Amino acid sequence: MTYVVKPKFHHPELPKNKLGYTHRDYEGAVSTLCAGCGHDSITASIIEACFELSIEPHRVAKISGIGCSSKTPTYFLGNSHGFNSVHGRMPSVLTGANLANRDLIYLGVSGDGDSASIGFGQFAHCMRRGVNMVYIVENNGVYGLTKGQFSATADRGSKSKRGVVNSDNAIDMVGIALQIGASFVARSFSGDKKQLTPLIKAAIEHQGAAFIDVISPCVAFNNHAGSTKSFDYVREHNEAVNFLDVITGRAPIHVDYAPGTVEMVEQHDGTILALRKLNAEYDVHDRQAAMSFLHHHAAKGQIVTGLLYVEQDPQDLHQHLNTVEAPLNTLGEKELCPGSAALEKINAALR
Amino acid sequence: MPAANPISSVNDFVIRFANVNGSGSASANELFARSILRMGVPVSPRNIFPSNIQGLPTWYEVRVSEAGHLGARGGTDMMVAMNPQTWDKDVASIEPGGYLLYDSTKPMPKSKFRDDINVIGVPLTAITNSTYTDPRQRQLFKNIIYLGALSALLDIDPKVIEKLIGEQYKGKEKLLSSNVHALHLGRDYALQNLKCPTGLRIRKSDKVGDRIFLEGNSAAALGAVYGGATVCAWYPITPSSSLADAFTSHCRRLRYDPETKKAKYAIVQGEDELASIGIVIGAAWNGARAFTATSGPGISLMQEFIGLSYFAEIPAVIMDVQRAGPSTGMPTRTQQCDIISAAYASHGDTKHVLLFPEDPAEAFEMAAQAFDLADRLQTTIFLMLDLDIGMNHRLCRPLKWDDAKQYDRGKVMTAEMLEAGTEFGRYLDVDGDGITYRTYPGTHPKKGSFFTRGTSRDRYARYTEEGAAYQDNMQRLLRKFETAKDLVPRPLQANAGKPTKYGVIYFGSTSPAMDEAIDLLEARGHVLDRLRLRAFPFHSSVSSFIAEHDFVYVVEQNRDSQLRSLIVNELSIDPVRLVPILHYDGTPITARFIARAIGDHLDQLKVTPLRKVVS
Repeated sequence: MTYVVKPKFHHPELPKNKLGYTHRDYEGAVSTLCAGCGHDSITASIIEACFELSIEPHRVAKISGIGCSSKTPTYFLGNSHGFNSVHGRMPSVLTGANLANRDLIYLGVSGDGDSASIGFGQFAHCMRRGVNMVYIVENNGVYGLTKGQFSATADRGSKSKRGVVNSDNAIDMVGIALQIGASFVARSFSGDKKQLTPLIKAAIEHQGAAFIDVISPCVAFNNHAGSTKSFDYVREHNEAVNFLDVITGRAPIHVDYAPGTVEMVEQHDGTILALRKLNAEYDVHDRQAAMSFLHHHAAKGQIVTGLLYVEQDPQDLHQHLNTVEAPLNTLGEKELCPGSAALEKINAALR
Repeated sequence: MPAANPISSVNDFVIRFANVNGSGSASANELFARSILRMGVPVSPRNIFPSNIQGLPTWYEVRVSEAGHLGARGGTDMMVAMNPQTWDKDVASIEPGGYLLYDSTKPMPKSKFRDDINVIGVPLTAITNSTYTDPRQRQLFKNIIYLGALSALLDIDPKVIEKLIGEQYKGKEKLLSSNVHALHLGRDYALQNLKCPTGLRIRKSDKVGDRIFLEGNSAAALGAVYGGATVCAWYPITPSSSLADAFTSHCRRLRYDPETKKAKYAIVQGEDELASIGIVIGAAWNGARAFTATSGPGISLMQEFIGLSYFAEIPAVIMDVQRAGPSTGMPTRTQQCDIISAAYASHGDTKHVLLFPEDPAEAFEMAAQAFDLADRLQTTIFLMLDLDIGMNHRLCRPLKWDDAKQYDRGKVMTAEMLEAGTEFGRYLDVDGDGITYRTYPGTHPKKGSFFTRGTSRDRYARYTEEGAAYQDNMQRLLRKFETAKDLVPRPLQANAGKPTKYGVIYFGSTSPAMDEAIDLLEARGHVLDRLRLRAFPFHSSVSSFIAEHDFVYVVEQNRDSQLRSLIVNELSIDPVRLVPILHYDGTPITARFIARAIGDHLDQLKVTPLRKVVS
């Protein structure tokens, strides 16, 4: 929505990144979400992550479904192509886009209604195919645009604004992502930008299916006592297992953490994830242990956040399909059409 | 047991094989059809099969027609009855004077036969069991043994069959010689014990020419390869699965980079039809040519995305191999019953482009063309195949490709154009044809990006709920549909040899039956002008054809005269002027059916045949 036009002028000495862009070059239109919405904080983290990674904004394709969360791609990366598709179908549209051009960065933004209910199947299948993408679920446990119905991620026993108690079990998107083979899985909280921004950076650098569940309280319908997705509840129950720094390029690695508390994880593209361990036992490379850790803490009412699992050398759908290096959308008749001579041979074999 | 008047016919008869699904009969039956083709006599085979993997009845019908009639004829002159489950019905369906070939190993009561047909017994099981011990071999070679018997009974040159077997088992000498051996077991038995040939015979001819023999699904898939499709997403559904399978095998042969051994295509079997069309739309939005193959139930599932493609103007190609509906309907039977659901797919005001190929050759051409149309019109293009064209081998003209042809990628604004300052409005109609420029994602750092959405937007792709902007856009979409009328394949008109007040409109797989029906009708004294529709939206010549005739028959394979409704609705035709001729029992329409329906209608009207008026 463009009811308000953002002024273009900014402070002349705003910091610039390697491409000479300022933070403003990664912004989009003014948000039309409610004041204080957790989603706007996620938008800010996406902007910061892209700025810090010096990404060419137009080399990002931002794709969403339908809902409050799916509106947010309008509010960041104004020079990127965006696609607000149909409800619950961002994963398939993004999969197709990715097949057409493997050279862009694909940012899929979805919500808990979009991904855990109507689009649960598509979420699962794009993760299991290993589509190279960043899949962010802005998870608030309610349907905001339709006035506060429970979503499938709402915890059993949590109370709606109208006082109704949810009797259905919750779907834990992180648990599902781990189980079906996502190669990067994280959870964060929109109220913790310091944790979230590096996770988004790491997910963008990750060359496979990266999933981030971001708990993002709905200030209008799910921020009251009795909710398990309110700012207060999440702050009180947040169990962060680690804190991440993302180090890219050839910059010398500068570590000022106490020895033994940091694990350096080198990614396939050379990016280094510096993981400050908050829980000494937690191993980000053990999928089974991660699932069990999550279950164990969920039973205690704790919300585990941080980088939960990462594969250092992931495979993506293009590798599975053995596609050519050149983006398929750049191939013309010369590369694609077998021509009349080949057709004559085919005709001959059909007589 | 000779009948009173055994049918006697050379190169013009229908033979039907009654088999059990999964018994390996398909390859022997296909060999039979191909051997007649190699003798220069046109055939049109049809599979009549159940929605089943093993055990249920299946039939293979071969119409032999030197005159070149490729539509189903109806009736059976010779039945090869290999399935006890369907024996009674199979025997009952033979034309009087026709022939029954059966396995006479076990004696059968006289009551199981008919007096007015010619019964030919071959002890197939006895021959097979005395030659082979392996049960699987017994089953497979039994089929080749009856093929051998038929070669004698119908005077088919055994050398031709041997050559075909040789081609099929090239490099597999053991299989080759054992098949040839089985062929001669059957042939020798027939020559020694039966009257050969029967009244039905094949005589070498030259009526096949350079024509080719292939299935429509395979041809459409090859059209997709030639048309530059790089992304295919699909979900298995009869009768379209073989289209995606064929695309896969064509790509494996034709679409690998010789140096890197990497694929210049991506095929994804989606989790359902929704994901399949979603992948197609995502890929096409990003500048690749993409398609899905499906059938009626899939079209129902894809409705929401098809509306997005229409409204957000994203190219997509959907190949719909139609089967009998509604609901699960008859999955393995043919119909033309998705016309309305495709033409007006999705909620709100929508209209879509449909292409109606008549045979595999046209399926190839139109499949390739569909990608140009999708890019040019930036919308969904439906290729409306059906089971009859899609899953049966059909004789058709050789496939052709013009190497000078370039793909029409439509109106795509490039980085250079943007850099030069060309004004870009994603939904800005600069040429007045209703078609606007798009940019591919990632084109330019500062210019040309836009937000694609299914919500209403203005000419510059900005979200709006302003009524005027919405109407402006909806009117432009109508203008674009007008533009489409001159881009899609035109109808083909064939006038009767003399003036007539009556016309007939038909499309798709009805074509060969219609051509033949015209001859049958002429024999009854009725002449009609013909118009074969090849696409929707309708070209202006459709209105004029209807205007030029007192009334026009609309022949189609569905219950609700869907094409007729579309014509009435889109061209504002008085429904009284369009007489529906409807065939929808799931079998392919026949010339006999059309000629009877139209002939009886004209007779009922007490129309004096034109011939007499003129004389």
